[in-house]
Amino acid sequence: MTNTIQEVAGADFILAIGTNTTEAHPIIGLQVKKAVRNGATLAVVDPRKTEMADLAHHYLRIKSGSDIALLNAMANVIIAEEIWNKEFVATRTEEFEALKEMVAKYTPEHVESITGIPADTIKTVARGYALAPNATILYTMGITQHICGTHNVMAIANLSMLCGQIGKEFSGVNPLRGQNNVQGACDMGALPNVFTGYQPVTVEENRTKFATEWGVQDLPAKPGLTLGELFDAAGTGQLKCMYVMGENPILSDPDALHVIHALEKLDFLVVQDIFLTETAEIADVVLPAVSFAEKNGTFSNTERRVQRVRKAVEPEGDAKDDWEIIGLVATAMGYPMHYQSAEEIMEEIARVTPSYAGISYARLEQGSLQWPCPTAEHPGTQYLHSGKFSRGLGKFHPVEYVSPDEMPNDEYPLVLSTGRRLYHYHTGTMTQRTGALEVAYPQEYLEINCLDAENSGVCDGEIVKVTSRRGSVEVAVRVSDRVTPGLVFTSFHYPEVAINQLTNPARDPISKIPEFKVCAVKITKVMVSLNTKKVS
Amino acid sequence: MEWFTLTIDGREVCVPKGTTVLEACRMNDIPIPTLCHDPELTSAGACRLCIVQIEGMRNLPPSCVTQVTQGMVVQTQNPKVREARKTILELLVANHPLDCMTCQKMGDCSLAQYAYDYGVTGERYQGEARDLPIDSANPFIIKDPNKCIACGKCIRACDEIQGRSVLDFSFRGFDVQVGPAFNLPYNESDCVFCGSCVSVCPVGALTEKKMQGKGRRWEMEKVTTTCPYCGTGCSLDLNVKNGKVVGITSTDGDVNGSALCVKGRFGYGFIHHPDRLKTPLIRKDGKLVEASWTEAINLVAEKLSAVKENFGSDAIGVLSSARCTNEENYLMNKLTRAVFGTNNIDHCARL
Repeated sequence: MTNTIQEVAGADFILAIGTNTTEAHPIIGLQVKKAVRNGATLAVVDPRKTEMADLAHHYLRIKSGSDIALLNAMANVIIAEEIWNKEFVATRTEEFEALKEMVAKYTPEHVESITGIPADTIKTVARGYALAPNATILYTMGITQHICGTHNVMAIANLSMLCGQIGKEFSGVNPLRGQNNVQGACDMGALPNVFTGYQPVTVEENRTKFATEWGVQDLPAKPGLTLGELFDAAGTGQLKCMYVMGENPILSDPDALHVIHALEKLDFLVVQDIFLTETAEIADVVLPAVSFAEKNGTFSNTERRVQRVRKAVEPEGDAKDDWEIIGLVATAMGYPMHYQSAEEIMEEIARVTPSYAGISYARLEQGSLQWPCPTAEHPGTQYLHSGKFSRGLGKFHPVEYVSPDEMPNDEYPLVLSTGRRLYHYHTGTMTQRTGALEVAYPQEYLEINCLDAENSGVCDGEIVKVTSRRGSVEVAVRVSDRVTPGLVFTSFHYPEVAINQLTNPARDPISKIPEFKVCAVKITKVMVSLNTKKVS
Repeated sequence: MEWFTLTIDGREVCVPKGTTVLEACRMNDIPIPTLCHDPELTSAGACRLCIVQIEGMRNLPPSCVTQVTQGMVVQTQNPKVREARKTILELLVANHPLDCMTCQKMGDCSLAQYAYDYGVTGERYQGEARDLPIDSANPFIIKDPNKCIACGKCIRACDEIQGRSVLDFSFRGFDVQVGPAFNLPYNESDCVFCGSCVSVCPVGALTEKKMQGKGRRWEMEKVTTTCPYCGTGCSLDLNVKNGKVVGITSTDGDVNGSALCVKGRFGYGFIHHPDRLKTPLIRKDGKLVEASWTEAINLVAEKLSAVKENFGSDAIGVLSSARCTNEENYLMNKLTRAVFGTNNIDHCARL
């Protein structure tokens, strides 16, 4: 996020696009509600009529995957009506003409036919965003999980720069991240192309710095493979072994049958986790790790806030801290790695990571800190891009609308979109074992519009087989106007409904994010009802 | 900022304009009992327990909704004030179940604490005992309407913190109850079980179902940490007794204040779940069997070293974790790059 979570409440206009905030980020949803209560205008863009849509002043029921067309049309209106922020564009950005030229053909009338959103609504929302004293954009995976995910984000950035709605309090571009420390994992170099703090591995100076700190001769310069590419490489036999810490790709990754096949092809699979996940079940070695309650450390949240994780109880059985296990493996491979505490590791992180340089456990005891925090005296950074962008001038990257990779056809007439539920989390490893959440929400279902239900001859609660080109699952249907005709939706939280066996692994060429939000499926009624758990 | 000087119990204090008498007292460590007040919520002035005597005022005004004025003279503990508070408490206790010894709230109950402070026994007024059904149909919250003192904090928390307005008063006078519309059970309402109502309840009317019988407040150690679920980063308190996490309660987080969602507040059962992995496992004859750490680590090191030796570093791939800490992800990045010698590291940021 370029802003902090609490700044959302101060915005005058909120454009929430591809975010089911009140379910996936309930506490950020509270800030949205607060803003609305304070008089802010809320525009929600989502193919599904979520609770956010119920709260919205303008609900834009967009056709899945047509976000760029909408965002370009908003820019088109704002430029045509001369309500763009001329001073901001002149002093803070470059390549405006390129944007102007590109969006010229995206008239609201033309875009209405692509997105299904009335031209007048597009105009109203564009004006509202441009003219608000402070406008903020919230988005999540509804934007990024498309083959054009990176371009979707660029289109958002273009809009924010065009209107000068970035680089100040309450206004910005705010991706809401889905997992407790997904921000931190990125910050810490758990990515194939960068060390900590996004220092590229391709820059020799960076490699030298880390090689010196780590006491090795040299470090690999070639960027590694991304998650999806790793499974492809395993499938072709190029990758021989994998070490998986705290992930369950068999349920979480697209085209899951391919993932299982790839993992089974490996010579050696190590899984380090707190439960015997579906992935751990096929491992050669399983290493027992500890949960958040048993460890010290830090998480970095979606607004770049570094906060302490504190050990409250001793590990279960012989389980060990992940950092301790990593040290044992390194040492056994001839690289002595002996840390006494998580704090000692943070000291090393601060030494090699400019954006974390001022962060220490002593300071975190006084309160959380938002990076960039370059020195021990620096108070941390509330919002980004004040006065200047990271690269200097903000560059407009004009982007064209492309349709999703796999569109419905006669054989697979429906679009399947996947996402999250309030009561569950990711592959359910934790939330299916709480004695409470899974009692309240015991069974997954497929949301389907009544027209499609009728065409398929199914009633609420009946079981259907959902099939894509890659696999099929059986699931109960819930007939609902939350989805439009032609769209079905479910989550990936349930092993019994391993929906990622169906999803499309087609990836964004830049970010390598798979297109979870659109794949073509068909449904057929299953005559024998599944033996399902009783709903309380 | 304009500042006012006032006298509280003979002490001169200085506070900013707009401060309530209650806030002025609390800023200066002068104790005032309250049941319906919460700094995160609007003041209702409902319970009247915070009444004080203010020179020149006819009655005893509730301090939570009375703003200070220049030169105000306040008395918080004189016999008249204490007697009035005692009467209020006696009326509240008149129909309150006195099953404190088995009440989950014992040790954390404001009503019991004030009754103790003011010598209230429940003998002065004998109210009609209520015998309303307890709502425990959901897995998260137990509502015992017999213990409700109608302070309205849960209603305001649901409305003002969570913006949901699921709870409200129903019926009138002695029959007043708090709950979802039509007095439906929680699980038949639009409640999303964030538990904010539980976190503000001053008595045993709303309690955490999973914490029943798991420990008294004074037996619990509270450890403030960060929620393991979504990327919001809410702070919460793990309640620990005898080395086990027996519950989660609100704290005052930088991100979330006291608010939590259903996962954060009630989704902790996995910590001590019997399915937890407690020992390393190694596949032998096609089956995963228990092994020692030495055996498991040596096998991992041997296999990875052999792959590195025979097929090169890029034949190794690593998935790090968005669930693990910064420190652990940092070390995984170090292990992958410095020891395995590859940049083949990623995690589920894309999922």
